[in-house]
Amino acid sequence: MISLIGWVKANLFNGVFNSILTLVTLYLLWKSVPPLMRWAFVESLWLSTGQECHAAGGACWSIIPGNIRFMLFGFYPADQQWRPLAAMAFLIGLLFYRRDRRHWKKFLAYAWIVGLFGMGLRMRGGLLGLTPVESTQWCGLPLTLVLSVFGLTAAYPLGVVLALGRRSKMPAIKTLCIIYIEMIRGVPLISLLFMSSVVFPLFLPEGITVNKILRAQVAIILFTAAYIAEVVRGGLQGISRGQYEAAESLGLNYYLTMRLIVLPQALKIVIPPSVSILISAFKDTSLVVIIALFDLLRTTQTALNDPQWMGFSAEAYIFIALIYFLCCYFMSNYSRRLEKELDRIL
Amino acid sequence: MTSKKEESATTGIIIEIIGMHKWFGDFHVLKDINLNVRRQERIVICGPSGSGKSTLIRCINRLEEHQRGRIIVDGIESTNDLKNMEKTRAEVGMVFQHFILFPHLTILENLTLGPIWVRQVPKAKAEETAIYFLEKVHIAEQALKYPGQLSGGQQQRVAIARSLCMRPNVMLFDEPTSALDPEMVKEVLDVMIDLAEEGMTMIVVSHEMGFAKSVAHRVLFMDFGQILEENTPQEFFENPQHERTQLFLSQILH
Ligand SMILES: Nc1ncnc2c1ncn2[C@@H]1O[C@H](COP(=O)(O)OP(=O)(O)O)[C@@H](O)[C@H]1O
Ligand SMILES: [Mg+2]
Repeated sequence: MISLIGWVKANLFNGVFNSILTLVTLYLLWKSVPPLMRWAFVESLWLSTGQECHAAGGACWSIIPGNIRFMLFGFYPADQQWRPLAAMAFLIGLLFYRRDRRHWKKFLAYAWIVGLFGMGLRMRGGLLGLTPVESTQWCGLPLTLVLSVFGLTAAYPLGVVLALGRRSKMPAIKTLCIIYIEMIRGVPLISLLFMSSVVFPLFLPEGITVNKILRAQVAIILFTAAYIAEVVRGGLQGISRGQYEAAESLGLNYYLTMRLIVLPQALKIVIPPSVSILISAFKDTSLVVIIALFDLLRTTQTALNDPQWMGFSAEAYIFIALIYFLCCYFMSNYSRRLEKELDRIL
Repeated sequence: MTSKKEESATTGIIIEIIGMHKWFGDFHVLKDINLNVRRQERIVICGPSGSGKSTLIRCINRLEEHQRGRIIVDGIESTNDLKNMEKTRAEVGMVFQHFILFPHLTILENLTLGPIWVRQVPKAKAEETAIYFLEKVHIAEQALKYPGQLSGGQQQRVAIARSLCMRPNVMLFDEPTSALDPEMVKEVLDVMIDLAEEGMTMIVVSHEMGFAKSVAHRVLFMDFGQILEENTPQEFFENPQHERTQLFLSQILH
């Protein structure tokens, strides 16, 4: 008790200015937290119709169970929604399984490849007696996850290749990589998405169309890779010339030197900035709404257009924010663990 | 090339450097270097800092490229041919001043990396060889540690063992003890003396007189990118011919 009072004195009331600051903060908390709590938990409704919500004064969480299927899966045929659900469950299982570095074996890489294609296949159907579902009906959370998981998985290796290319001794390759990286970094993702949906089809021969999701996917990969490339390049600069020379003097060629000596060390250095990029890329997938793809955010907005639920957008957006937060938290938490594990080694 | 190889086997010359020059941009680092090294011969190179000693031995396994003259190592001429270059590097072991180990790999992995990936030795066999050489440098008990956990002297011995695992015909040492604390110098020199007694061909850049006297067949003195003097250790230290050698020796002896 004494020590608590001591702590309060030392940290909150040491000096006039800090005392005022503490009092003002306390007042603001007193004014804002109780009403928020009342809104969110006391006067809130969890399982009701929209009408009941309008009558009550608190938060209308009922909007979420009421619309969950549409928010998560959008226009995907209702009787087939188990398919994306299973695909997502599989993906999340794989992600959690991968958290343990002891599981990093060759077969895991195959599991990933099989898993990713399986995921696409399961959603698309047309095989194994599954009804085909047009990709225009892919919506909501599965779309967000497909775009980001495929996007990030493909963007990282591409970024590494670009980073190596930018440091190459061959002028042609080097120039190409620099032009690519600087051009992509010079435009916003939105304009790339527009180009992929509006400009790109102009160059295709008549009658040939490329799936819209695929085009958005490619735009996201190309965009993210350029940023990854610069981060990885920073990591490569952190590897001393001695490491290259020691590897070369053992007779390792360029490819083996990079794969066995340089990249493992360089990529470890750049885990924190890489994860920042991956997190922001994940959130940026919500920009695909502007080319009329129905990702998680868009399906939610659409659900809000239902007159029954009009006016409860805050609740729905809080829910979406929570999903995004969980995903991003998983990424940063995972990267911190990985870093700690590798720290013990280096 | 085979004829060259046979020739070098019969004449017993393993490294042949003929009229070699090297420039760094405008800077003429190595001037008209001529040197023959016989099999099992041990050569110590000394000379003031900046005289081109490191550059010379780095040219031998083509970590640096020379511009004029020829360098022939075990019958293979040093050119830009990648395949030959990698072959030569695998034949020639190199130990650096700053014992550059791979920090992300265990000691054992540091040693097996080359044999497994360059020589395609099976993993079990490579590990067996690695343990053998770790025992030779008296450090087998550290096999599963990471380089960062070892002292400088231990790291340098690991670096030597790593080169030996490639079964090189020649070992190059670039001031292997000059970055070490004095109490660790001996443990590294002892390993090198063992190696010499087994008949390894060695070129050692070093200012360790005791080592030079006890193992070297020849001592070379370099300055301004030239080999100014070469002699048996006995003659070299007791009766230096060139005035720059005399000056240099008087400086390092005190
Ligand atoms: N990569 C390089 N580029 C330019 N100059 C270099 C390079 N490496 C070494 N030098 C120069 O070449 C000369 C010889 O260097 P070095 O062979 O390391 O000498 P030593 O090993 O005898 O001290 C020095 O003057 C050094 O500054
Ligand atoms: Mg040197």
